[in-house]
Amino acid sequence: MGISFDKAFGVHPYALQLRVERSQILAGNLANVDTPGYLARDVDYQSALRDVQSSLEGRAVQAGASMPSLDYETLYRVPLQPSEDGNTTELGAEQARFAGNAMDFQTSLTFLNMKISGLAQAIRGE
Amino acid sequence: MSFNRIYDIAGSAMRAQTVRLDTVASNLANADAVAGSEGAAYRAIKPVFQTVYQRVEDAGGLGAATVDVAGVVQSNRNVERRYEPDNPLADGNGNVFYSNVNTVDEMADMMAASRGFETAVSVMNRIGSMQQGLLRLGQS
Repeated sequence: MGISFDKAFGVHPYALQLRVERSQILAGNLANVDTPGYLARDVDYQSALRDVQSSLEGRAVQAGASMPSLDYETLYRVPLQPSEDGNTTELGAEQARFAGNAMDFQTSLTFLNMKISGLAQAIRGE
Repeated sequence: MSFNRIYDIAGSAMRAQTVRLDTVASNLANADAVAGSEGAAYRAIKPVFQTVYQRVEDAGGLGAATVDVAGVVQSNRNVERRYEPDNPLADGNGNVFYSNVNTVDEMADMMAASRGFETAVSVMNRIGSMQQGLLRLGQS
């Protein structure tokens, strides 16, 4: 059996993609922190990754199936404390989420790097 | 990967907060301005922010949310009339009109605006380091 790169990488490229897109949405929240009536959004990344994971597992059974696509919906945030101007962004909480998301991105990147160096080691036969 | 869109978002936030700081600076500079009539008195100006959603096809429905300054409005709070007959600008009744700027409000606004600006700067820095990490993928 040959080395299949997409099988070796598993869910991590999708996780990376999802974290970039989530950081875009969170950056939008942070940019609109003072816009009246702005509704903060976020991605339900657990369910999105679960969908990708299950379709990746289904794909292992049937040969020649195409790569699953990343599908998610953006949801609106429920604020801890509603503000008078109708804006649902809470600066501190949003900044914490943004920082956490950046750390998750680094984690996914590290996983991918480990997979790649593992494959490179296998190819070199060391 | 949509990193460029994030730079647009952070850039729009910085631009909007800069406009806000501009209005604060002009309001504070004119806080003690005197005028000879009620109509000519300085009135505080405030920017109005609005969200602009970028193209819809990415990010599942609504796209990237940038911020834009929809316009600058004048405060309709009453200007302050004071009886100062010695003032060279006084009208026939000896009244002058001071601006309606509330300096405490303006200082609070200034702090909020600079905090928003700093947030956008740190978003940019963090996105930059994420992108650099991605560029080095597979090198280690």
